[in-house]
Amino acid sequence: MTMKVLVPVKRVVDYNIKPRVAADGRGVETQGVKMSMNPFDEIALEEAIRLREKGHASSVVVVSIGPQAAQDTLRTAMAMGADQAILVRTDAALEPLAVANLLKVIVERENPGLVSMGKQAIDDDMNATGQILAAKLGWPQATFASQVKIHDGKAEVSREVDGGIEVVNVSLPAVITADLRLNEPRYASLPNIMKARKKPLETLDAESLGVDLTPRLKVVNVSEPPERQAGVIVETVDELVHKLKTEAKVL
Amino acid sequence: MTALVLIETEQGTVRQASRSAISAASRFGDVDVILFGDNAENAAKLANVRKVLHVTNLPHLLAEPAAALLATLAENYTHIVSAVSANSKNILPRLAGLLDVQPLTDVIEIKNDDTFVRPIYAGNALATVQSSDRIKVLTVRGSSFDPVAAEGGNAPVETLGAPGGYDKSHFVKVEFSHSDRPELEVARVIISGGKGVKDAGNFQKLLEPIADKLNAAIGASRAAVDAGFAPNEMQVGQTGKVVAPELYIAVGLSGALQHLAGIKDSRVIVAINIDPDAPIFKVADYGIVGDLFDILPALEKAL
Repeated sequence: MTMKVLVPVKRVVDYNIKPRVAADGRGVETQGVKMSMNPFDEIALEEAIRLREKGHASSVVVVSIGPQAAQDTLRTAMAMGADQAILVRTDAALEPLAVANLLKVIVERENPGLVSMGKQAIDDDMNATGQILAAKLGWPQATFASQVKIHDGKAEVSREVDGGIEVVNVSLPAVITADLRLNEPRYASLPNIMKARKKPLETLDAESLGVDLTPRLKVVNVSEPPERQAGVIVETVDELVHKLKTEAKVL
Repeated sequence: MTALVLIETEQGTVRQASRSAISAASRFGDVDVILFGDNAENAAKLANVRKVLHVTNLPHLLAEPAAALLATLAENYTHIVSAVSANSKNILPRLAGLLDVQPLTDVIEIKNDDTFVRPIYAGNALATVQSSDRIKVLTVRGSSFDPVAAEGGNAPVETLGAPGGYDKSHFVKVEFSHSDRPELEVARVIISGGKGVKDAGNFQKLLEPIADKLNAAIGASRAAVDAGFAPNEMQVGQTGKVVAPELYIAVGLSGALQHLAGIKDSRVIVAINIDPDAPIFKVADYGIVGDLFDILPALEKAL
């Protein structure tokens, strides 16, 4: 089987960092902040690597759309096991629609049998790029995947839905978006980090791909949510129940 | 301005979150609703609805044909809205792709016809954004809008068929975990357990009796779900269910960032934890420091 798997990965503020709203109210501070691969993309990449290891895929290509520094994310992806990488370079903060339009160009160039991507990026939490890409390509989609089985040119995907698990069967090529419990991504070993330096990384200019990157959304402002204040510590259960009844009036 | 709201039912009843989406969409003008599968009787009774579009041939709500049908209707509307749900998150962004518009997901506040507030960074920041798209496609958080009444309306029902012949995607099965308890998203009271609850048996033994007394939903932290103490649909937090009950009781859970993001709109938070430095106490209105294995049985008795 010669199917190529394409995995889009996004460089985002590390999930262990508490984001700080920038003083100008235009966004969140990213200067001097630790950046990492979007955790859902890591899961999608792990799944792609496992598909190759099981013989369902011939190669794994990672693509990141972002600034020059996103090549670090691509090197990490190759250290985990991706075979080659494409950086679509832009300093603009692109919306999911523009990202999907760029990915469509990459898909048409690389001709993968599957796009495996995270269900959402933990910065803008939009949860849309995979679905938009599938629509643009006219491909079927299986979102929020918790299990993927490939057979006979199809993917049987278990999906996390409200109140349970739904199973769908989609014809390949398709877009699958990864949810949390799909797998536990591996760590890159030191020898693999060294090897990843020699793997091919191609750089393209986002502006050169013939895609309209104009934002549809204008950021009016970004603000801190109202903070909750710490309340009181009570000593006994009876005191708690009393306060819930008389003070908070929720019982 | 006219809005189309994708609504969902549960055992024939229109979900509360869908009624909240109708109330949110009413700010734009007239509201038509579209319902896939089930019967349209209850949808016709909803308040604030001009017309019910009932799609009878797509019971499993596959995204591809559902989005294709919505795209054929979209040009009649200025806004296409749905409450945040697994289905709407699957379908509406695909619809946006077909229409070549940028969707807005998880909207918590509507400023006007084109300006919306949505949380980013797991609720650590709120972005106010203005859309220039000709059709606005948005999902709204049910808990952020008051629902319209379930009764009192008398809207005409129009039956529609989704385009047939789509054979690239097939529904195989769905397995629901059944429960008599209220749904997490609409429960007035939630009691959630974390890793401190130690195993699935303790979830039953310690949390259920209290949930029974309070008619509460039971939730769990991601750590508890990952450890296998509770099924994943019980997960509360930014990566699980975002909740906003009147009373949220957090038991043996430390309060990881993404969990706190999912509960911060609760009216009253109670924390029960053995670790006085647990971050959950920083957001809790009432806290008890102590062993949950002593406190929960006492709480059950005191209720």
